Amino acid sequence: MSRPGFVLEVDERTPALLVHEGEGFGLRKLPLGSRVVYPPESLPGLRDVDAQIHRAVHHPLGRPPLPELLFAGMKLTIVFDDLSIPLPPMRTPDIRSRIIEQVLELAAAAGVDDVELIAANSLHRRMTPAELRRTVGERVYRSFFPHHLRNHDAEDRANLLEVGTTPHGEVVEINRRAAESDLIVYVNVTLTAMSGGAKSVSVGLGSYRSLKHHHNVHTLRHSRSFNDPPNSAMHHSYDRMAGVLDAHVKIFQIETTVNNDTFPSQLGFLNKREWEWSLRDQAAYLAVKRANELAPAGRRRQLWQRTVAPYGVTSVTAGAPAEVHEVTMRHVLRQQLTEVDGPADVGIFGLPYICPYNVNSIMNPILVMSLGLGYFFNLYRGQPIVRPGGVAIYYHPVRNEFHPVHHPSYIDFFEEVLAETTDPVAIEAKYEEQFATDPWYVHLYRNSYAYHGVHPLYMWYWGAHALEHLGEVIFVGGDRRTTARMGFRSASTLDDALEMAGDRVGRSPSITYLHAPPLTMADVR
Amino acid sequence: MILTLEYHRSAARYLAGRGVTGTKLGSRASGAIASNLSPLRLLNRPEPAPPGAHWTRVRPLLSGICGSDLGLLTGRNSAYLSALVSMPFTPGHEVVGQTLDDLDGLPKGSRVVLDPVLGCVPREMPRCPGCATGEHGRCDHITAGRVSAGLQTGFCTDTGGGWSRMLLAHRSQLHAVPDTLATERAVLVEPLACAIHAVRRVPVPDGATVLIVGAGTIGLLTLLAVRTYTTAGPVYVIAKHGHQRERARELGATEVLSADRAAWALRRATGGFLARPERGAEFLLGGVDMAFECTGGSGLSSALRLVRAGGTVLLSGMPNAGVDLTPVWFRELQLIGAYASAGADFPDALVLAGQAPLAGFVDGVYPLSRWREAIGHANAAGRLGTVKVAFDPTRD
Repeated sequence: MSRPGFVLEVDERTPALLVHEGEGFGLRKLPLGSRVVYPPESLPGLRDVDAQIHRAVHHPLGRPPLPELLFAGMKLTIVFDDLSIPLPPMRTPDIRSRIIEQVLELAAAAGVDDVELIAANSLHRRMTPAELRRTVGERVYRSFFPHHLRNHDAEDRANLLEVGTTPHGEVVEINRRAAESDLIVYVNVTLTAMSGGAKSVSVGLGSYRSLKHHHNVHTLRHSRSFNDPPNSAMHHSYDRMAGVLDAHVKIFQIETTVNNDTFPSQLGFLNKREWEWSLRDQAAYLAVKRANELAPAGRRRQLWQRTVAPYGVTSVTAGAPAEVHEVTMRHVLRQQLTEVDGPADVGIFGLPYICPYNVNSIMNPILVMSLGLGYFFNLYRGQPIVRPGGVAIYYHPVRNEFHPVHHPSYIDFFEEVLAETTDPVAIEAKYEEQFATDPWYVHLYRNSYAYHGVHPLYMWYWGAHALEHLGEVIFVGGDRRTTARMGFRSASTLDDALEMAGDRVGRSPSITYLHAPPLTMADVR
Repeated sequence: MILTLEYHRSAARYLAGRGVTGTKLGSRASGAIASNLSPLRLLNRPEPAPPGAHWTRVRPLLSGICGSDLGLLTGRNSAYLSALVSMPFTPGHEVVGQTLDDLDGLPKGSRVVLDPVLGCVPREMPRCPGCATGEHGRCDHITAGRVSAGLQTGFCTDTGGGWSRMLLAHRSQLHAVPDTLATERAVLVEPLACAIHAVRRVPVPDGATVLIVGAGTIGLLTLLAVRTYTTAGPVYVIAKHGHQRERARELGATEVLSADRAAWALRRATGGFLARPERGAEFLLGGVDMAFECTGGSGLSSALRLVRAGGTVLLSGMPNAGVDLTPVWFRELQLIGAYASAGADFPDALVLAGQAPLAGFVDGVYPLSRWREAIGHANAAGRLGTVKVAFDPTRD
């Protein structure tokens, strides 16, 4: 039986606590009285995942069993989440490959010949052949790549179809092949409460024309939080789009959840509560930390990026997207939700080396911002862990480094746009169209491995709610010039950061540290 | 006797300077090399005698240190020019001085600036085709005539140069300085005339996008000339140092870019694609309409890579670095030289020098006796926040 999440109050006996700092980590002493939010202990994974997949597709929610939906001569499109989830990537075999194999077996048995597999990469970069192979498995890859296994191309006008418009005037435009299929089977991994459900097809296979209706500053500022769909304007928009899709195309959604076994055994101490570290854990901490510090920067990044998670799969649910997602959400919250009593003056977050958009890449400053002020800040239900006007303190070096192939428009965004303004509204008004339609960015998105031109702006919007809510943002260990460019401050130590925060929150602020990863979502009452 | 800084023939020193500054480490220490290793010496020489009726002695009041002078002292200048000088010579061709003899329309004691080109007129030669059309910078007779070989005053053994207490100048080389023009501004007239000339070498279309590579004296004055004499559209400047960025903005730059950021920023500004070769710097498929190379060579590669197909690159600074000319071929660029001045460039520069915001451009002034410091300062001018370093030979 896994223990639930809990809130620790730091006292004299509390050991130094683990804090992630990009491609590094350390043990940090927090001020007495600080609260530390821990996730529930990792839930047990399913013993027989393949059997659960079989059960799910044969006993779906709100849909006939999958074999009954398959017939000879049909057009079947299998869509799967791209490399942005889960994080870190899952140890192979990836759950998606196991599901896809079973779906393909059923399709073959039904005599379905016209099968296409599409990665739902939306405006993310294309997955490389190696990344596709890792996700769908060797057998599927060999059988389908490259002609019947490909990335979604949100700029291929000829292969997009405007399915309809929501009552709010939101254009729903998705991949033509999928839209014209007799059935879409969507294979999902839901890592956070924001993913899956109505989002999967409408976003994963969408175009900029369609995404701009929910990926905007107004929506993000009214998504409190975007990990709490009932209170998320973004999810309301997804739901409306899903309504349009429902009327047009049949979607059979297969959703999965994973537990909090985020780090492999050699980094097992990162999954544990500090006072429960064994001698072996303590030795591993010292050894890994030292080796990490001594490793050359390139090698260090390579090692972190090669880290794979030994997740246990906690659920596989299939059927109609809305009904499936309700079940999925329960599993996600059971693994991540911890009740917290009210917000604090100061929130502390340790940002890890990875976010959805730097898999096999570099965590550039914009991604640090979106991870910190977007993803981590929004890991709440009810209200943020920081009070309005409070201070968020993040641990991350915020180096001024970019991957020129993956993030070309990010470089221009950082150098040109942020030099002029950090105001999301001003950025959206002046720059969004430029970045979204720049022919070079479009070319690189389609033919290289670049994120879409508009993506850095979306990442900035991701933090719009936090920017509005917080009085100040401080990065401990952050590069001074880089953080300043983004409108933030940097401090050498937590003590310095708290000193700097003193003007806003006084000398004895209440402090809450969101201890993640493994992922923790605060249910702030 | 007059005090003079003399550049003499010394193959050993020349090659040593060239060899050392050719390395990465050596180029960083080029100031020290120029002032300690170059074949330059301070000595007393007999006063020069005017070689003819239209010549006068000139007492320099200020004499600038030009990039081409520094290239000479560090051995970086091309050996091509060695055929066009006569040894030993006194450098210094950016000169404002006082005449010591009466000339037609220019009484003794007049304050003058020097157009340093030694063309057919001062050499008392029949006009060559260049001089006949007023383009004396293109003179074919610069190794012949009444004075020894020398493309300019400052490279000719007979005329002397500005880095001394006396030089010789022909009437045709001299332009009277209005009383309203301060000497510190007047010393900028020669480089300003060169900048104006560069801008006039080819028509700059209305609204053209222009890039100026380098924001030293020539770069900034070229920007001034572009803004004064053309109706160019956005003008981008690649600048290295903070004060250069500020001055470029004051002179009307649309945007000031760092060298490492220029390709990306110009791609955003002008559209097009950015291409990354396996080796070497990025380049644009697209880019600006025209580029003025004002670094003395090191920025030429950037200029060639940032101009659009069919665009124009103006070589304003004396080139002293090798460059891959593939873009000239592949993008069908026009590569155009701009040397010295011609026609109305000098008179116009005299007027513009009095009107333009050039305050503080000359802020490192040294007596000849401190020539090593002066050369070192000039070599590091950008880093030290200086635009122009000059000698004041009247000071002890």
